[in-house]
Amino acid sequence: MKKKLLDVKNLHVHFKTYAGIVQAVRGVNFELYEGETLAIVGESGSGKSVTSNALMKLIPQPPGIYAGGEIHFNGKSLISLSEKEMLAIRGNEMAMIFQDPMTALNPTMRIGKQITEVLLKHKKADSKEAAKRRAIELLDQVGIPFPEKRYKTYPHELSGGMRQRVVIAIALAADPKLLIADEPTTALDVTIQAQILELMKEIQKSSNTSIIFITHDLGVVANVADRVAVMYAGQIVEYGTVEDIFYDPKHPYTWGLLGSMPDLNNSSDELLRAIPGSPPNLINPPIGCAFAPRNELALAIDFEEEPPMFQVSETHFAKTWLQHPNAPHIPIPEVVARRIASSRGGEA
Amino acid sequence: MRKKILEVKNLIQHFGSAKEPIKAVDGISFDVFEGETLGLVGESGCGKSTTGRSIMRLYDITEGEILFNGKNVNSYTSRKDSMQFHREMQMIFQDPYASLNPRMTAGEIIAEGFDIHGLYKNKKERQQKIGELLESVGLNREHANRYAHEFSGGQRQRIGIARALSLNPSFIIADEPISALDVSIQAQVVNLLKQLQKERGLTYLFIAHDLSMVKYISDRIAVMYRGKILELGLADEIYNNPIHPYTKSLLSAVPQPNPEYERKRVRIPYKHEETPANAEVIEARHDHFVLATKEQLSKWL
Repeated sequence: MKKKLLDVKNLHVHFKTYAGIVQAVRGVNFELYEGETLAIVGESGSGKSVTSNALMKLIPQPPGIYAGGEIHFNGKSLISLSEKEMLAIRGNEMAMIFQDPMTALNPTMRIGKQITEVLLKHKKADSKEAAKRRAIELLDQVGIPFPEKRYKTYPHELSGGMRQRVVIAIALAADPKLLIADEPTTALDVTIQAQILELMKEIQKSSNTSIIFITHDLGVVANVADRVAVMYAGQIVEYGTVEDIFYDPKHPYTWGLLGSMPDLNNSSDELLRAIPGSPPNLINPPIGCAFAPRNELALAIDFEEEPPMFQVSETHFAKTWLQHPNAPHIPIPEVVARRIASSRGGEA
Repeated sequence: MRKKILEVKNLIQHFGSAKEPIKAVDGISFDVFEGETLGLVGESGCGKSTTGRSIMRLYDITEGEILFNGKNVNSYTSRKDSMQFHREMQMIFQDPYASLNPRMTAGEIIAEGFDIHGLYKNKKERQQKIGELLESVGLNREHANRYAHEFSGGQRQRIGIARALSLNPSFIIADEPISALDVSIQAQVVNLLKQLQKERGLTYLFIAHDLSMVKYISDRIAVMYRGKILELGLADEIYNNPIHPYTKSLLSAVPQPNPEYERKRVRIPYKHEETPANAEVIEARHDHFVLATKEQLSKWL
């Protein structure tokens, strides 16, 4: 039995704005085991980044409010910890890889120093010399050529991919149990993205780190994830293993996401199955299922009552009334079904 | 025989000092046929956006020739000729936040083009046309009085498209029109572009780095790398039978929404090779062109 590292229960995060209270995260539940990768997928504004920042307690208060719920990490309840106690955990037991490597690094500091800073702060090295040796090791581990030389360079001297490797080296410096990667490859070219993903998987294999991977790219999800949480309007609407989500999706929003991507294997004669409309305003979240106004297959009850999380299988959960035993049988849209069939054929 | 609407001949666009120029575009040639979509793909910095902007006459080109409907676009000297050119060719920009003036209403943004060109003298007619354009891109007439910040990203891009359509052009350069948008919104915008192409017989030069979308929307694809076009051919042909090692590497790096495939995927690394001076554009297969020397080509095939 794998050890549970992180347990998030009914997390609510709100932001006070002039227009009203934005309910950015509205009751998120998930757990993460040692050595596994959970991908959180969703569009901008779905609450995926707020969720990950909340795990690190990086939500500025005010305007942010932890409006409810619990985060248990490695035996500690994070919500009740003071900022001082959090400092000992952040960067040490859990670390973050940010989207844009240029803004994540300090442009006025040599990259070596940005790594030794973490090592010395969290007492992972006894002396400056030891810290330097370890920093060079880390640069080497993330695939930066000539690490001794690069130790003294500034971020602007490196390419985007190399900078992201430095960000990863900093995140790995204190040997964290949990890595949170918030769109770590979105700013990179595909070939560089592929290298960074390979690097992260390698690191995970060798050190049994757990990873939360936030992205909107379903291709990347299929590549890295063991399990997937699909977020929409501040809630997880579907949750399961990567196979559950890609080969047996149950939520109409997941169908929409899969259908709106072009299929490389098929000809391009037909239009994409776009999701109409745009995501709801979270100042006044819709009553009922948040996706109902954009869902062509919505039932009457979707507009009246919020569906609970139904259990589809041992690993698979979906927050849709379609899973209710009395629900009418609505088949998966043909475009999505065809794609699943063709990808299950093993050929791609 | 298909009509060539655009011919780019040995286009060179350098920036910076003449002594040590940055060779953003380094001698590329291609044609775009009427009614088709040519996808221009490549990684950041490969010169794809510069190519689009040079064709649009946003830069003074260093060398080469750009023929639009048979006429050299850089030979236009009078304002009248330039204006005529821009009625035919328009651009959709990447960032729908940066490309719309925040101090203008959607209606003013769309109408700016036809005000400059003096198309509609009559106020009622002008208003009518704004309404039609908004509706053709899936917005409402009432949106004309709103400012850009009142719209979502996808809606803003629709305004950008309406503006590009306002002069009824025949050719549109779309420079990464969807990369700033969310997945579900990307599909809406791509569908809209396809539908408009069908209705109006538009020709597109579609510039992007997202290979799966490019494959979906394009009839033919040109792969750019370090200021050169390495490979050009029909979209399916480029995807299924790439010849140049760079194209192969690029395609092998695209993650697909299919976990089983992803587990088995093998990435082909590419080691940069200077394109030899004696390399030429060779038609390796029917309508499938590669920049290579004869020796290279026989090695790759």
